[in-house]
Parts: sequence; structure tokens; C-alpha cells
Amino acid sequence: MARELTGAEIIIKALMEQGVEHIFGYPGGAVLPIYDEIFKQNHFEHILVRHEQGALHAAEGYARSTGKVGVALVTSGPGATNAVTGLTDAMLDSIPLVCITGQVPTALIGLDAFQEADIVGITRPCTKHNYLVKSVDDLAKVIHEAFYIARSGRPGPVVIDIPKDIQFASGPYQSPAKIGHPTYRPQLKGDQNDIRRAVDMIAAAKKPVFYTGGGVINSGTAASTLLRELVKITDFPITSTLMGLGAFPASDKHWLGMLGMHGTYEANLAMHDCDLMINIGARFDDRITGRIDAFSPDSTKIHIDIDKSSINKTVNVDLPIIGDVAHVLEDLLGVWKDKKPKRDTKALAAWWRQIEEWRGIKCLNYKPDHEHIMPQYAIERLYELTKDKDTYITTEVGQHQMWAAQYYHFEEPNRFMTSGGLGTMGYGLPAAVGVQIAHPDALVIDIGGDGSVQMTMQEMATAVQYGAPIKIFILNNSYLGMVRQWQELLHEERYSHSYSEAMPDFVKLAEAYGGVGFKVEKPDELDDAIREMIAVDKPVLFDCRVQKLANCFPMIPSGEAHNNMLLGDSDDIGSAIGSKGKMLV
Amino acid sequence: MTSPQQPVGSAYFLTDSKEKEETHTLSILVDNEPGVLARVIGLISGRGYNIDSLTVSEISHQKHISRITIVTVGTPRVIEQITHQLERLIPVHRVYDLTKGGAHVERELALVKVQGKGDARLEALRLAEAFKATVADASTEHFVFQITGRPGKIDQFISLMKPLGLANVARTGIAALSRGADQV
Repeated sequence: MARELTGAEIIIKALMEQGVEHIFGYPGGAVLPIYDEIFKQNHFEHILVRHEQGALHAAEGYARSTGKVGVALVTSGPGATNAVTGLTDAMLDSIPLVCITGQVPTALIGLDAFQEADIVGITRPCTKHNYLVKSVDDLAKVIHEAFYIARSGRPGPVVIDIPKDIQFASGPYQSPAKIGHPTYRPQLKGDQNDIRRAVDMIAAAKKPVFYTGGGVINSGTAASTLLRELVKITDFPITSTLMGLGAFPASDKHWLGMLGMHGTYEANLAMHDCDLMINIGARFDDRITGRIDAFSPDSTKIHIDIDKSSINKTVNVDLPIIGDVAHVLEDLLGVWKDKKPKRDTKALAAWWRQIEEWRGIKCLNYKPDHEHIMPQYAIERLYELTKDKDTYITTEVGQHQMWAAQYYHFEEPNRFMTSGGLGTMGYGLPAAVGVQIAHPDALVIDIGGDGSVQMTMQEMATAVQYGAPIKIFILNNSYLGMVRQWQELLHEERYSHSYSEAMPDFVKLAEAYGGVGFKVEKPDELDDAIREMIAVDKPVLFDCRVQKLANCFPMIPSGEAHNNMLLGDSDDIGSAIGSKGKMLV
Repeated sequence: MTSPQQPVGSAYFLTDSKEKEETHTLSILVDNEPGVLARVIGLISGRGYNIDSLTVSEISHQKHISRITIVTVGTPRVIEQITHQLERLIPVHRVYDLTKGGAHVERELALVKVQGKGDARLEALRLAEAFKATVADASTEHFVFQITGRPGKIDQFISLMKPLGLANVARTGIAALSRGADQV
């Protein structure tokens, strides 16, 4: 019989066997035995964050940019509760994470012990699954199972809560068993009859559109390749959600831009007027659909999703196909090549002419300003000066996030890390740390706002400690811009608590952390400053002072359908939302 | 699900459902592990679904499998969502919608305490016999009747006991199985 290991040793060995190279964490009383074993080993690197939320977002950035499972380690009680935002974020964006939380010794559970929290109870609704390990004999199996659950099917975060006595106790080690689980069996292959039906529907379409989402990226790079092939073969237009950006190259002529609340005119109009919508790995989120009863009223809908509960959740579809995007697309392309169906090229040509007309509106145009830096201009310049490099972009949440999605163009999957579902301000900076740890030689830029970056600014210290030269590109307008925009729309420009009167000096702040700061106020200084920023081999805070009152357009106002968009500052936005729409966000 | 103030337009637009609400009995086979019931009912309350009745007990000691029987109310679309959401839970083996599946047997047990003297007491006992309820406990001033059967029968019995001194009721919730020889 193999030598028994302590719980802490089992954890290290299991992480090693799972191929873990980096973990993000923060020590504390209930995880000290694990940290002691981390000290003694050199199989993986531990990145010490400055706040547990940062550990989770860093692990998310790491996972999204590599396709691997991100790993976080935090202590009991406050350590674990600080991780909850990151777990929820990963849950809503389907990011594979394993988070190990320390717990008070088994005998103290339930006694309100020091730093005790019922973390399995707290995280039950915000994890894909969670465990409280009550016997060291189960520990290795649980860890391997957690990794399997996190990365397979629709990915998500898994919490393993490990009491301190279990970390000390001795027990047997178990290597990962063969892949499988008695009750958890994600369906990868789509139904072949449904796929054949989908091919017939696609072939017959006159006004089709591909509506793709994060599921394509989660399915792996093969899915993106297959998607490109499908678009090429069909010659159909394609749009994507925020989470799906990069799965299809933005430079391709079939690309319509992002859809939804701040999506392009052509993407939203195509969604509204299409006769066939092919949803690939997206979930009809409310930021996409707008008003449900006016959402794409005349279309037949195909929905490819690995999660059965996404089907008919908000929008009824005509043909659901349960399966992994790459598997389904592979089969679909196979059937297509066998059948060689004839498409209605005449109708498609007319559809493309219509789309070109919509494109002609040039919905992303904005009024140039020679005095002030327009935020859109800042992103355009950032894109032009970084597009030929090995660049990864993360964002915070707000106007800058939407401008990044609109004006930064992605060619490859896994290059854009953003908090889509939960909309977590403070995501981008720690996520950038995680991305940079995974890709030490890449250019990693967090496009942020002055509000968001201050929520997790402390992770600058992490970046400095590990020599992660992340670039924090702050569109600084002193406002919580998206809040202010909505106050302009809904509340007659009463800017209640959306202006920050005390703004830190970001240049000094960068220097205080041991990084480098830039401050730019004039459009003609911008290019040189961006070039300098790229050249710096240290973490950078780039304080880009932008036009303070710029709004994010186009926009589907709340309560409206896709074909009723606000295009720019010329529209009277104060009266765009009806009294009933004002009740909502 | 009732939404008293349904706004007529928003990014969070919710159409007034024209679908009728239905009552469905779901039978859920789960691994009998700590917290599994919390997962199931947490999901249902967290997503705003209803529970009219809930029973849970281990049905296979060797395999540690429990059956959770839930009676829930919702539109067909909501019922479909509940089923699929429950199937997402890792320890859930299968979810059977017995109502959708056709004929099934539903039974419930209730303990009904009736206080009283004289004629009312005699009437209560006579009705209990008619309903094939048994006397689980008695004194000169009360009965505790034990009654089993379809929920409707129990409802009826309880309402009959009201004027006769009904003091308290404990109901187990519904246990259900499909009719016929199949495994469900």
C-alpha cells in the first residue's frame, strides 16, 4: 500500500496531477498547512494577491486566456466571503475555476468559531458545484472530480471547502480516475436528426444571421475554426455577444459587430429582420434581446447550447440542439458537405444589400474633438498601435467596456476578458494580472474606467511583485460614466453620486506601487504616450483624460426593440425612455 | 407566479404570460449526500419557483439514493425550466415530471387533531370511519386521526373536521409513483 499523505500533501499532489502551474491565493489561519506544503514544493507557482476577490478574477483571466482551469486558494471566513464576487462572476460567464477554501476544524463547524462561515451554504447558488470535505479519504477524489466538473460541460466555478483538521490528517492518495461521473454526464454530441434539420433550415434561409456567444470560446479553439468555416461556406452574416468577441475575426466581411444594447445598428437590425437566427453558444441574455415580445418577431430560431436549461428560458426556439459547439458544428459541416445543399443565393444577395445599407449608417461614428480626447478615439488609437502585437485585452465594467467592445477589434478567441453576465466593476485589473502570469511575454492591457480600477487597485502591488507588466489604460472622465449616462436618460440629468470629486493622482499612485504612470490630456499627445506605455516593462497606470460627458452609442433604450435604436448625441436621449421603461435598469 | 406590476417595456422586458399555470408533480432521484436537499430547494426558491409540497427520504440504502417529490405550480415553460435546472445539479440522477408522464399514483398521510365533546365528537368519529381514517391517539376530549389517501380526500376530511373542533393538522406531503410496470 502506498504511503499515506497528509491532507495538505494530497492537495499539492492532486493539483500537480491536474497540471496546475499557477494558483492565485491569500494565506490565513485555516489554510496554513496547505501554505506550508506550497513552501516546500516547486511544481507550481503561487501568486500572492492583495485581496481574495483579486485572486478569483486573476484566476478567471488566467482561465479565459488559456482555456485551462483557473485555481484560487483562500482562507476560511472572510477569505472565502471575499471570493464570492469572483465565484459569481465565473458562474455567470461560465469560467472554469477551482477555488479551495480553508474551513475551521470539523469539530468547530457550527459553533461560530473564529473566521467561520458556512461557505458551502453561501456559495451553493454561485458555483457549479461545491464540496465540504469531511474525511481525508475523500480528499483526492473530490479534488479530481472538482477539476472535471469545472472544465467539462458548461464550465463553471467549483468550491472545495477543506477543514483544517482534514489538512493535517493522513490518508491515501488517489490518482485521477477515468473521466466520468455517475450522475454528471454533459451531452457533447448533438442529435443527428436535429443537425440534419438544421442544415435544411440553413440552406433554405433567405435572411439568415449567426448569433454567437461565449459558448464558442468555451468550446475551445476548434469551435472558432469550425465557425469560420461555416460562415465561409454559407456566406451568412455573423454577430456576437460581448462574451463571444474574437471567436470570429472582426476584419472579416461577414462580421456585423457586436449586437445588443450597445451593439451595432447593422447587427441589431439583422437580428430583428432575419428569417433564420442561428444561435451558437449564446443564451438570449436580456442585454441582447431587449424587449422580448418584439425580439426578432419573424424568425425561425435554431439554438445550439450545451446547457439544456438555456433552451426556451427566455426566448422560445424552433430547433434546440443540445451539445458542445465544436461537436455540433463539426457534425453540421459534415452533413452540409454530404448534402451539398443549394442556398438561395438571390435572396442572400438581397439580404446583403440590405445589410450594406444599414452599415452605411456608420453607427459607430462620433463627433471628433480636437481639444479633448474622445474616449472612442482613445480606444481606436490603442487598437491601431497594439493590433499587430501579441495583445490581450481585459476590461472593467461600464462605458469604457462597451467602447472597448465596439472600437477594439478582435481576431482570435481567448483575447478578450471581460465581466459580461455579472458586470463586476474591478474585474479587469486583477484579470490582467492573471492573463499576464499565463502569458508573460504578451502585451496585456486592461481598458478601465476611473471608477472601476479603484475597486481593485491594490492588485497593482501583485503585478509589481511578480513582474507582470500589465497596462491599465484608464478612460478617466471623473464620472461613473455609465451611471451618469443612465441618469441623463432616465433622471433628467440629476447626477446623483456619479461624480468623483476626489480623484487620486494616478501617476503618483503608479509610482507609489513601483510602477510607471502616464497622464495624457490632449489628442495629439496620445499616440506617443501609448507607444511609450507599450515600451515600458513595468506595470503602468495610464491616466487618459477623456471628454467628460461622452455617451455610449448606439443604444437600445430600455423598453424598446432592436429596430428602435438611439444612434448618437443628436438624438434627444432625455425622452427616449418611456415612463414605464424608467422603472427598470 | 404573480407579478403585480409588470412594466410594459424595458431591457428587462417580461411579457405577461398568457400560458395557464399548471400543477406538476416532479420526482427527483438524488444522491443522498449532505446538502442535497438544500441544493434542490435553494434552486427553486432562488429562481422564484413555487413549492406546494415536498417530501424526501432515502429509498436505497446501498446506493444512497433518495427520492425527492415536489409538487410545483407554474406555466409549462416554467415547469420545463425547473426540470432542466434541477437536472443541472451534480448529485441529481434524474428528474421525472410525473404529471407530464401521464397516470401516476399520489398519496399523502395526515394527522388531524380534533377537540370536542358530545355530539361533535361522535360525528367526527363517524366521519373518520367513513374516510377510513384510524385513531392514532385519543382522550375524552380529543382524537388524533390518521388518514391516508389522495391529497383531495385529505383536504375534504380536514374541511369536514373544521366545524367539529379541528385543532391541528400535520401532513407529510405527497409521495408519488407512476402507474404501470415501468421503473419510474
